[in-house]
Amino acid sequence: MVNDNQNTRVVIGMSGGVDSSVAALLLKEQGYEVIGIFMKNWDDTDEFGVCTATEDFDDVVRVCNQLDIPYYSVNFEKQYWDKVFTYFLDEYKAGRTPNPDVVCNKEIKFKAFLDHALDLGADYVATGHYAQVRERSGHYEMLRGIDENKDQTYFLNQLTEDVLKRVMFPLGHMDKSEVREIAKEHHLVTASKKDSTGICFIGERNFKEFLSEYLPAQPGEMRTLNGEWKGRHDGLMYYTIGQRQGLGIGGPGDPWFVVGKNLDENILYVEQGFSNDYLYSDSLLAIDINWINPVRVEKTFTCTAKFRYRQKDSDVTVTLLENNQALVTFDESQRAITPGQAVVFYDGEVCLGGGTIDRIMKNDKPLDYVG
Amino acid sequence: MKAIYLDHAATTPLSEEVLEAMIPIYNDIFGNPSSVHSFGRKARQILDNARRTIADSIHANEKDIIFTSGATEANNLALIGTAKANRNKGNHIITTEQEHHAVLHAAEYLEEEGFNVTYLPINKDGKISINDLKNALTDDTILVSVMYVNNETGVIQPINEIADALTEADVIFHTDAVQAFGLIDINVETLKVDLLSVSSHKINGPKGIGFLYTRENIPIYAQLYGGEQERKRRPGTENMVGIVGFQKAVELVVKNRNLWQEQYKQYKEAFLAVLKNEKINFEINGDPKSMIPSTINLSFPGINVEKMLMNLDIEGVAASSGSACTAGSIDPSHVLVAMFGKDTERTQNSIRFSFGIHNTLEDVEEAARRLAKIVHRLTRNESR
Repeated sequence: MVNDNQNTRVVIGMSGGVDSSVAALLLKEQGYEVIGIFMKNWDDTDEFGVCTATEDFDDVVRVCNQLDIPYYSVNFEKQYWDKVFTYFLDEYKAGRTPNPDVVCNKEIKFKAFLDHALDLGADYVATGHYAQVRERSGHYEMLRGIDENKDQTYFLNQLTEDVLKRVMFPLGHMDKSEVREIAKEHHLVTASKKDSTGICFIGERNFKEFLSEYLPAQPGEMRTLNGEWKGRHDGLMYYTIGQRQGLGIGGPGDPWFVVGKNLDENILYVEQGFSNDYLYSDSLLAIDINWINPVRVEKTFTCTAKFRYRQKDSDVTVTLLENNQALVTFDESQRAITPGQAVVFYDGEVCLGGGTIDRIMKNDKPLDYVG
Repeated sequence: MKAIYLDHAATTPLSEEVLEAMIPIYNDIFGNPSSVHSFGRKARQILDNARRTIADSIHANEKDIIFTSGATEANNLALIGTAKANRNKGNHIITTEQEHHAVLHAAEYLEEEGFNVTYLPINKDGKISINDLKNALTDDTILVSVMYVNNETGVIQPINEIADALTEADVIFHTDAVQAFGLIDINVETLKVDLLSVSSHKINGPKGIGFLYTRENIPIYAQLYGGEQERKRRPGTENMVGIVGFQKAVELVVKNRNLWQEQYKQYKEAFLAVLKNEKINFEINGDPKSMIPSTINLSFPGINVEKMLMNLDIEGVAASSGSACTAGSIDPSHVLVAMFGKDTERTQNSIRFSFGIHNTLEDVEEAARRLAKIVHRLTRNESR
């Protein structure tokens, strides 16, 4: 069998975690010329000079040495700040719940990093994401990862086929448990490293504390939609639609939930009961829509959609509007849809693309109280 | 593809002769030079012999050579050891913005200990000005530390003029001569330095050994506590294998220095000629008229240095830039920042190439061709 892999240069983004470590290992086993690159996107150096990036890069170095592949570090702090973090803060200022990972994939991992890799003569870039690329009649599609629990296409919805044709996801056809197993078998130093949780630049830190370093918190009132006073909130940015924890409303009956925000008057709206009517909507307006394979998209079509990561798919009808916007109507009403989060569309296993949830509607009327 | 090593200012490969000189020590000489028996005496004999060779290489008295674990320790000892021993005379130290971190961070430590430190600025030629030095001197100044040759630019500092400017003042003059020793004949009988640091691994000797020359009667406090080795100024059983390897490396330097000077001059000219031929846009950092021939630091306008170094490595050319930051990515070099300021692209697009004894003219030209190819490709990509 003719194997061209040794003449194919793959630059893999390595985070120092187990997924990208195993992804690099698999590529190396397949005979590719593999180069590992660590992206330093954030500086969290503390007063003792300790920075998680240093420790993560150290893991990258050790894994690459185990695999005998070259490794480098690139600094995208400026790009990350300009493109991802600024967006993140702006969205919180606007009372929404942003998804920085989606923007990081679009602007950093599959743009700045891809460009950098191409400048190193790469034929492909790879990452440890759980997703798959499939070529079909000259088009490159993105499929969900086989591991339903780990599928990360939700965060990759802003990629396009121009990018995908240069991308490899070595873990797309694997279960996370298999990945851990391989890491153990090969004694990779990252084999039992804990998965990172939460937003990368916040890490294990307290979210509220982190955000308060960048945005002034404006405490205000908590009220029901009928205007009944229910207490005080610490700042609208700390709450998201459907949230139950941290409201501190006691009393009899069902628990209380966040149903909306009034930015002008700095009021947090709360209502009682998990299934409270105010939490439900039947359609949404999505903006900044990206289609991975634009040529295939019709003006109106049905498909499935996710409104948050790790949620089950729901049946929807999509109607394209001007300016990369779309109206998404749900077959069944949905609970706690949150502006700022991504809505991502699927046709079976194929991820079609996605956009940002901008407004939420019920019975053709916008639910203005959501914020 | 042949890998070409052009990073000799970082470290150098061991000479074969050095390795050969070290093997018998590993095999036969295990005695402690301080021991009062035949095994110890044998080691002591070899140690004395090495010390003599090394002292001779700078025309020093052998009692004035303190072996250390390398130049970092030598520089630390020079600054901290003399500052603390001369505190009764004054509290002020002068150094420059472009010193190696082994000097800069030692100076910062001394600031924390209550000393005042003046960091002399560096001009675009890569040198300090004698006037700045004179103006910085006060009655309180006890120590001046200026490197002989900068490790990033290869620029030779006006070390004799500096020494002359200090003759009137009652100050101790230290020079970090790590990059100079391999190519410049140093004579402490005529050069008025009091302290001088040299490292073995920069001259094809083993790592982990260096020395500090200390002129007689310069008060200096040991920075380690232990035995009475090195005339009580640096305790610890001597690194015999390292010292003997260092000795051989020094012998080779003394013998070949002039030859290497000529060779590297030719390499540098050839390297730059290829780049000019290939119409590469570059500028030399520092004054080419006062530079050691083994080092050349080039700025490539419009080129990102991280990308460039990775590409060079992938193409088998080893070079370097600035100092590596903690997460592996590159911080702007403090030397170039001192020369050109913070806000210039020049600190972000400069690379150092440094030649060594195992390079050939063909290697150097081939490296320049690979470099040119990368610059052309990156320039094309930038405009895409």
